[in-house]
Amino acid sequence: MAVEEASGSASVVKDVASSMEVEAFRRLFPLQYIERYLDSAVRPDGRPLGRARPTDVVLGQVPTTDGSALVRLGNTTMLAGVKLELCVPSAETPDQGRIAIDFQMPPICSPHVRPGRPAEDACAINEQLSIVLASSQLLDLRQLSITSGKSAWVAYLDIYCLNADGSLLDAALLASAAALMDLQIPTVSINNDGKVQIVSSREKQDQPMVDAEEGQETKSKFVEGRSLKLGPVPVALTCMLHKKHLLADPTAEEEAVLQTVLVVVLDSPDKLISLYKPGGQVVATTSTVMDCIALTRLRLKEVHSILEEATQTHEED
Amino acid sequence: MINLEMSEQARVDGRTANQLRPTLCSRSLLERAHGSARWQQDNTIIMAAVYGPKPVSGKKEDPERATLEVLWKTKSGIAGNADKEAEVTIRRTLEYIVLSSMHPNTGISIILQVVNDDGAILACAINAACAALVDAGIPLTGLIVAVSVGVTTHGVVVVDPTKVEEKNFRAHVCLVFPNRPKCTVAGLPAPVGGEPAEHGIITCVTRGAMSVDEYMNCLERGRAASVKIAKFTRTSLEHCQRSYEIMS
Repeated sequence: MAVEEASGSASVVKDVASSMEVEAFRRLFPLQYIERYLDSAVRPDGRPLGRARPTDVVLGQVPTTDGSALVRLGNTTMLAGVKLELCVPSAETPDQGRIAIDFQMPPICSPHVRPGRPAEDACAINEQLSIVLASSQLLDLRQLSITSGKSAWVAYLDIYCLNADGSLLDAALLASAAALMDLQIPTVSINNDGKVQIVSSREKQDQPMVDAEEGQETKSKFVEGRSLKLGPVPVALTCMLHKKHLLADPTAEEEAVLQTVLVVVLDSPDKLISLYKPGGQVVATTSTVMDCIALTRLRLKEVHSILEEATQTHEED
Repeated sequence: MINLEMSEQARVDGRTANQLRPTLCSRSLLERAHGSARWQQDNTIIMAAVYGPKPVSGKKEDPERATLEVLWKTKSGIAGNADKEAEVTIRRTLEYIVLSSMHPNTGISIILQVVNDDGAILACAINAACAALVDAGIPLTGLIVAVSVGVTTHGVVVVDPTKVEEKNFRAHVCLVFPNRPKCTVAGLPAPVGGEPAEHGIITCVTRGAMSVDEYMNCLERGRAASVKIAKFTRTSLEHCQRSYEIMS
């Protein structure tokens, strides 16, 4: 019944709308509900069409990891952590480490995710993240090298979605970048045979003294711990296209109803890392693409200052 | 400017910057499938099979429309995240043309088997899937055309890159446009901002970093190349159609 009415004439819907409670109208005619907002250039949550939701970045939330970050984008929450392990670099790239990205959507994040096989969306976002990180110059893998050809770090970057309320790639990418910013590479000792060992901070204080006493007997070399030198941080912005409207940073409700999505990733105002538009009912014209890029440029500035602020507060603590 | 100079120069395989590889499309090769197509761009070959509309059960059943399902099979057969992503992209692209409301409560499966990958694989797969849908007689709003464009390290834009070129290039893009002088449904959106409807981007997937200007250049070249592929698709499909009519 409701379906037939929804696809029927707009006047019927208007009549129904005038005599119905807002919440009931929202459930029965989700598209018309959102369209009524869009026609007056505002979103159901009160935002203008082109503005992203308030964003929060907190670094170093998980003490068991080598670097972590918690990102909130409106209600969308992502927790990212990086764990470092020693590995032997591959023969083709002897002076590079590796990064392994795993994006997870546990059933806790959304009613649409069931336990078991990873959701299709999760796989797609995981792949997008890997491509974006590989295409941008955020992390130079040579920084993960310890001794060329012998040892390097492999960084396991795990991103957990705790609350999936739309624009998942934006939040996941921001969380990944923030976790890498927080990453501290531990001090290692390299002995004569080239064997690498991680030195905990307590041992580090003892070890040099032993070395000094025993003189030349132990010749293990220390490589001091450090944080990574990262390139420009890529920033993603999910845009929804609907009729002539352009919405930035949609919520899950908007994503479900409006369907045509376009994700732009920039790492500087003129450098396009990715432009991803997987089908949908609306085609993008050149001018729409330019509008999306312009919105992402604004967002880029915003996110960079948020990240800067987050690093400062983290250092003060 | 650079593109003009480049177009005089030959690429590794002797093509110019704007030259596509020889393209072949044959249909109805599989006996059991309701529709099938083989799309070949030189050494890149894709087989597509379409089954449906067929009954589906459980979560996949939609009382308002037919559900599309895309299965992507690589040569090695091991499915990774990249294959899942390709499935999602292709499914959402095809949803643009399939008139799914004509067959509610049913499912349409599109199986794409990579026979050989020599670059531009996603574009070939989308073209193959479109031809297979036509072969299966699935109601469509129109046709689509996919094209792959690469950006070299010098910022030169070339169409239809091979696997080696994709690897050496700074970036490459897969673009999908509508293939239409005509369309089966009324009330299509009018040209926006003076742009004809076939310039609208249905799907865009990029790999690698490029400047915004280079992307715009890619769009322009992609649109120009898509006209050639669109023409080829239509001729190929019409040719088959005529031979059917003669037989019956």
